[in-house]
Amino acid sequence: MNPAPSVILFSTLSGLGFGLLAFLGAGVLVPSGWTAFFLWGLAYGLAVAGLLAATFHLGNPKNGLKAFSQWRTSWLSREAWASVGTLLLLAPVALSDWLGLGLPRAFGWVGAALALGTVFTTGMIYAQIKAVPRWHHWLTPVMFLTFALAGGALLAGSALAPLALVAAGGVLLALWRVGDRAFARAGQTMGTATGLDRIGTPWVFEPAHTAGNYLLREMIHVVGRKHAQKLRWIALVLASVLPAFALLLPLGWPGVALAAVLHLAGTLAARWLFFAEAEHVVGLYYGARG
Amino acid sequence: MTALPEATDRKLGLVIDLDTCVGCQACVTACKGWNDQGGGLSDQDPYGADPSGTFLNRVHSYQVAVPDTPPQIVNFPRSCLHCEDAPCVTVCPTGASYKRTEDGIVLVNPDTCIGCGLCAWACPYGARELDAEQGVMKKCTLCVDRIYNESLPETDREPACVRTCPTNARHFGDFSDPDSKVSRLVAERGGYDLMPDMGTKPTNKYLPPRKKGPGEASLLAPLLDIKATGVAGWLDKMLGKLPG
Repeated sequence: MNPAPSVILFSTLSGLGFGLLAFLGAGVLVPSGWTAFFLWGLAYGLAVAGLLAATFHLGNPKNGLKAFSQWRTSWLSREAWASVGTLLLLAPVALSDWLGLGLPRAFGWVGAALALGTVFTTGMIYAQIKAVPRWHHWLTPVMFLTFALAGGALLAGSALAPLALVAAGGVLLALWRVGDRAFARAGQTMGTATGLDRIGTPWVFEPAHTAGNYLLREMIHVVGRKHAQKLRWIALVLASVLPAFALLLPLGWPGVALAAVLHLAGTLAARWLFFAEAEHVVGLYYGARG
Repeated sequence: MTALPEATDRKLGLVIDLDTCVGCQACVTACKGWNDQGGGLSDQDPYGADPSGTFLNRVHSYQVAVPDTPPQIVNFPRSCLHCEDAPCVTVCPTGASYKRTEDGIVLVNPDTCIGCGLCAWACPYGARELDAEQGVMKKCTLCVDRIYNESLPETDREPACVRTCPTNARHFGDFSDPDSKVSRLVAERGGYDLMPDMGTKPTNKYLPPRKKGPGEASLLAPLLDIKATGVAGWLDKMLGKLPG
């Protein structure tokens, strides 16, 4: 799949933003005054920046509001509702923390649950797609959730952050392990794609078209797979191992900032791989496998 | 709502005969020609160095190694299969992608499409292409603007690809009627679904190439069995005795 910058930025930034919103909403950390303003502002900024990046992926964004209409069937529509719902629901909590209005925390708990729900819907958008076997697994939403929790814990300065970062690394390893065998497990070949396995073994004689098209650009993307193994190490070390260490060192807030930057870079690498390594079964028609 | 209809009154679709398709690409051209009206199917740099364009129908060519017979060339047209459980419909966040209750045709409403591309990701068959100029998703409409069009002569009220096919490799009809031409073809010739494990329940069916006999020996074969005589014959014998 094409690792488009808009979708990578979206899932990374908004995952981090909604993760931090969940921690702030749940009251794991109850900041006040300008600290509250800064932390809530960071969480809102990341979440909104991610959502804005996502709109750059749209071919026709002027109809964007219509994406709220199909929540009964579409995970993308549910994500739209969950994200906007979270941002609206947590706004009074944020104001209350900043200005010390003393709003009951129950509002925050609902908002925190909805923030994690938003991240879950993001994961389900990918996990529901059977035609991309690597994504079609329950570990996909688990990965998005653990990354949001790890990033949120890190930014909220939670004591659990190093543990959450290591857990995120573990889920990443599990996802790669399961994902590497996913295409073979799905059992689709050029033979089943064309049905020609009935008479023999097919291979491409002549392509359907000599120039590029949308399918080749969007779904049969092969760039960078040869460096995948190296990138996996980079992603794992940057997103999980190094920030966990940085948090354990007695560096104070610069340590947290360093960990956050490392984690962000690692997450971007992991998300790039999430798309670049995912193979769509339509590639079989073009001889992308076998 | 982009929920799929529980059942459709009819199941309109195509039967594609891989035995008779000669890969002439006439269906590709006819499809592009008919559907280029209205919003159209845009091309980018069509006469330049890096041409690209939106097509609703593509014809691939495969070579198939068949046991005990010579390899076969099979031409393989690929377009929307108008699936009963169309995953492209349920993923759509705006309701632009839908399946009609009256005839089962899967369509995109360009006025509500946001061009997110999720339906193209969800389709295992590559049936949908995003129009790079209009930013909305395009797909086979089963020529819904031909098949019910009373201003066209009755013979033309079928999809452009079917109408144009010079070898009758494409057939259009209603699969919900067991006596329709398409249903009978599927029953007689063993029509099949593409990637049935994907759970999409495609309406369109493909007819497999008929079984060919073993390859006939070339008519020139007896002439190739040359017996050398005279000096050449002696040389042939001597050289044959040398090792290596």
